[in-house]
This record gives sequence, structure tokens and C-alpha cells, in this order.
Amino acid sequence: MKKEFRLSIGLLSTVVLALLGVAFILSFERPPVDTVQRGYRGLGMVQVFNPRTEAKVAAANQVPAPEDKVDPAGQASSAAYQNVQVLKNVDSAEFLRLMTAVTSWVAPDQGCTYCHSADNLASDALYTKVVARRMFQMVEHINTTWKTHVGPAGVTCYTCHRGNPVPSYVWFNDPGPNHAGGFAQDYAGKNEVSVAAGLSSLPSDPFTPFLEQSNPIRVEATQALPGTDMSSIKQTDWTYALMFHFSSALGVNCTYCHNSRQFASWEQSTPQRITAWYGIRMVRDLNNSFMNPLKATFPHTRLGTLGDVAKINCQTCHQGVFKPLYGVSMLKDYPELGSDTAAP
Amino acid sequence: MAMLSFEKKYRVRGGTLIGGDLFDFWVGPFYVGFFGVTTIFFSLLGTLMIFYGAALGPTWNPWRISIAPPDLHYGLAFAPLMEGGLWQVITICAIGAFVSWALREVEICRKLGIGYHVPFAFGVAIFAYVSLVVIRPLLMGAWGFGFPYGIISHLDWVSNTGYQYLHFHYNPAHMLAVSFFFTTVLALSLHGSLVLSALNPGSGEVVKTSEHENTFFRDAIGYSIGTLGIHRLGLFLALSAGFWSAVCIIISGPFWTRGWPEWWGWWLNLPIWK
Repeated sequence: MKKEFRLSIGLLSTVVLALLGVAFILSFERPPVDTVQRGYRGLGMVQVFNPRTEAKVAAANQVPAPEDKVDPAGQASSAAYQNVQVLKNVDSAEFLRLMTAVTSWVAPDQGCTYCHSADNLASDALYTKVVARRMFQMVEHINTTWKTHVGPAGVTCYTCHRGNPVPSYVWFNDPGPNHAGGFAQDYAGKNEVSVAAGLSSLPSDPFTPFLEQSNPIRVEATQALPGTDMSSIKQTDWTYALMFHFSSALGVNCTYCHNSRQFASWEQSTPQRITAWYGIRMVRDLNNSFMNPLKATFPHTRLGTLGDVAKINCQTCHQGVFKPLYGVSMLKDYPELGSDTAAP
Repeated sequence: MAMLSFEKKYRVRGGTLIGGDLFDFWVGPFYVGFFGVTTIFFSLLGTLMIFYGAALGPTWNPWRISIAPPDLHYGLAFAPLMEGGLWQVITICAIGAFVSWALREVEICRKLGIGYHVPFAFGVAIFAYVSLVVIRPLLMGAWGFGFPYGIISHLDWVSNTGYQYLHFHYNPAHMLAVSFFFTTVLALSLHGSLVLSALNPGSGEVVKTSEHENTFFRDAIGYSIGTLGIHRLGLFLALSAGFWSAVCIIISGPFWTRGWPEWWGWWLNLPIWK
């Protein structure tokens, strides 16, 4: 009996250990991997991709087919319809084509009445119509004043919405988990999982200080000896967390923009760092000029725990890809989104 | 060089792995052997290649001389000499020299009839090097993943390769390797200080025995690992450090392409606290 008992215990623990071993191995990825060299040979500036994961990302980031072209009606939308405050100078046939496209981009299941009152399409009774109008202005603003970041490819509603009334990747001010006060309060955000920072223990909300407020991001000394930079370790952690977000949002690693031998040096960085620099300013501008002012327009259910509006970060558009939708321009099919259409 | 009176006793023929009596002799204090000759051949050729590369390069500043591996698009093929081919030849020479040296150590062990502990330990160091310039490049699909041969340039490679995985301190094998390195230092400092305390007494004092050493640690922490045991422990700690270093870079890329903190998702998702 005793021997059988010992045998069964041995067998059981072997099976458990084997299962744990298999689970451990499954926690990793496997070769072959895809790589892209982005610096001088041997410098180690290389992007590393798992082709199995990348195939899924690619499938999720395809551009929908454009709406069929229409013959111009010869009449501006502001003349054909009532209460048109944006897209006023757009031909009314193009206007209708764009409305059809926007419905499929933003509210494919809900249809026109997600924004428009069924009784009166011109009415501003639904908050969603007021928000949508502001979003049209935002798209035009991005495509006209932020070409430094979005380039000629530009953006459309689809860049962020992807068939969802609320884009899948937005953020709210995050006060972090509750913790003790007094002498015990100096936990400095440590030992908490930061989803924004790739499951590290870095600060959990790197967005509020940098993508809403304009705190300095640079925390690196410009010489080997102390004296040129007084940033604390905590400030450095905030920046590190923001950089983690950039990486996961764009599906790239640190060396996509930086040569890590000297992060601060523009001479040793890639041109993409300049695009990113403009991107940070663009997102700040959009959050402060377009999103935050909509606070009174949104119902409470759309606001965050601190009563703030859903805001934009890199992931909102990029969604895991170095260029949103792999740089395929949808704007060329809807050029009216690329100009200031508020003017009559 | 003069030979100590008893050294002759240990200079026995035979025990060679290859070549029989060929090169089975000493030059001064040094045993030559077939693998001594190959060591000299590979190290001389490799060093000359480095000088050749430096002569064609932009600098003679020893900090900045760098022999870089090929561009990634050469894959696992040979690259032109000036575009990484030199790095490939030097890598072959380096591995040839290191392995020759290890096999020469094996022959000396065989002559003396001692264990192979020293060549085995050196073999772990060779494994760490081969991991970086052969095993990982093979798994990643290009020789260009090797590190460049230069004092500063290889550090830039280490930095950038680490940042390819966002935060390398979250690499589990790196954690183990670093822990073993620190523990090796701790063990060596405890051992070194203990030996000196017993064997290097002050003026007028007598040398103490290993029993004094054992008693010190029994008094201090309730246990002494003993004179043989401390060397077993030291070897284990040091080889583990090197071994896990090799593992930590082999898994970075071939077996994990994202930030290392993300790998710990399995821990965060354990059903106990998820």
C-alpha cells in the first residue's frame, strides 16, 4: 500500500511538472522571426517581428473599399441641406457619398440614426451629431495643419473608428489604484502593473502628463558627468512608460526612433523620431482643442472615472502598426476631408 | 625559462587527443601540442585580420576600431570581405582559437590524470560567445545579428539589442544570470576573506587550519560548506552565471519578439489572483 501510494505520488508530480514545463515553453514565441535592419550593420538597430502575430495585425489593419464614385450634383451641400456647418462647400452628391462612407466607418450597425434624429436629419438633438461635427473639424484640422505628422496619407474617421462608434483605443485620466496615505504613501506607483507601459511596473498613466499636459519628456543628461539634467528617477520612469506606449502602439521597439547609445541625440536618431516629435504635439493639440472642450456635450456614461472625456494617444490611430493602416491613404478617395470646408 | 626541480615529473608524454607524438613537447614552461599550434594559428590569423580591418577603417583610436558583421540581407551567406566578410573570418578564427585552447587544456588534464573541470568551465565561456555570434544568428536567420568587434561598438550593440525588447531587466534568464554573477562575487569575497583570515596571520601569530575556517562560519551562520565544497559552489555559481547569460540572449529574438515585461503576462494571469 505504502509503495503504491509513493508510486502514485511520484507519477502525479511527474505529470504536473511536465504540464507546467509545457505551459512554460508555451509562454514563449518561436523562430523563424522577421527582422528589419534600420541602422549601420552591427549597431543593433533592428526591428523584430513574429510573422504569426504580424499576420493577425495585418489582417486587422486593412483599408475598406472606397464608396463608388458619384457624378457631381452641381450644388453645394450647404445649399441642398439645412444646418450644414462643416463640409459646406462640398458638392451635395459627394456630401451624400461621404455620409454613406462615414456611416460604415463609425456606426455600421446603428446606421444614420446613430447621429441623426429620424424625424429631422438636420436637427442637432442628438449629442452624437454635435460630436461628429466637431470630429469632422478635427479631421480637417489634422489633414491641413498637422501634415508634419500625418504626411500626405492623412487621416479619415476610419483611421481611429474602424467600424466602432467609440474608437477601440482611447484613454481617460487614471488616478491609479487606491493606496495608503501618510507615512505609507511613498509607493511612487511601484509594484503595480502598468498596462499602458507593457505590463511593467512603470507609471500606469503616462498620458495625462505628456499627451494632455505638456510636461518635459526629456530626462537624459547631455554629458557623462552630472550637472546637465536634474530629473528624478520617477520622472525618468514616466518618460520610460510613455516610450513603452509608443512602442506597443506602433508595434516597434525603441530602436525604431532612437540609437540607444545616446537617446537624446537627433543626429544619431532615425527620421521617424522627428515624425514622432510632431505626433506628440499633435495629440496634445487634439486632446486640448477638440476632445476636452466636448466634456459638456457627452453624456456622463461616456466620461471617465474622473469625469473627463475619452482622449487620443498613439494607439488610437496606429493600432499596433508603424503607420496607421500601413500608410495606405483613404484620404485620396475622400479629398474633401483634407481641406477646410467650413468656409462657404 | 627555468624549470622547478619537480616539474619534470609532470611532463609526461601521451594523452593527446590527436596527432600522437606530433607537437607533444614543451617550449619553456608551455605545453605545445597539436591544439597549441592551432591556437597560435587561429589567434594570429584572427588578430592580423582585425589589424587589417582597422587599417582599412577610419580610425586607429583603439576605443573606436570596429569590425562590424554583415548587413542582415546577406542572411547566412558569406559577405564580401569589406562588408562583414572580415567579421565572419575573424569569428571563425576566434572560435577556432577558443576551442583549440579548450582542447589543449583537455590534453594537459589527460597527461596529469586530473578531471576536466577547467576545460569544462572554459567551455561554458566559449558557449556564451558562440551563443552570441553563431547560435542566435542561426536562429534569427542572419550573421548580421552577431555583435561588432570593437571596444565601444560592441557596447552600442548590447544597448540597442537590449532596447529591442524594451526593458531587458524583465528578461527572466537575464534575471537569473545577474543574480548568479552577484552571488559569485559574494561567494568569492567570503571565500577570499576567510582564507586570508586563516592563512595570513599577523606578525607572531601562527597559520590557522581549515577547522578555524569551518568554525567561523558555523558560529556565524550555523553551517560551513567546507574547503572542497566552497570550490564546487564557486564553480557552480560562476558557470551558472555564464550559462544563463547565454540563455538570456538566445531567447531574445528567436523565442520572444516583444518587450520583456509583456512576457510576464502569464504570471499576472495566474488564476489565483487574476
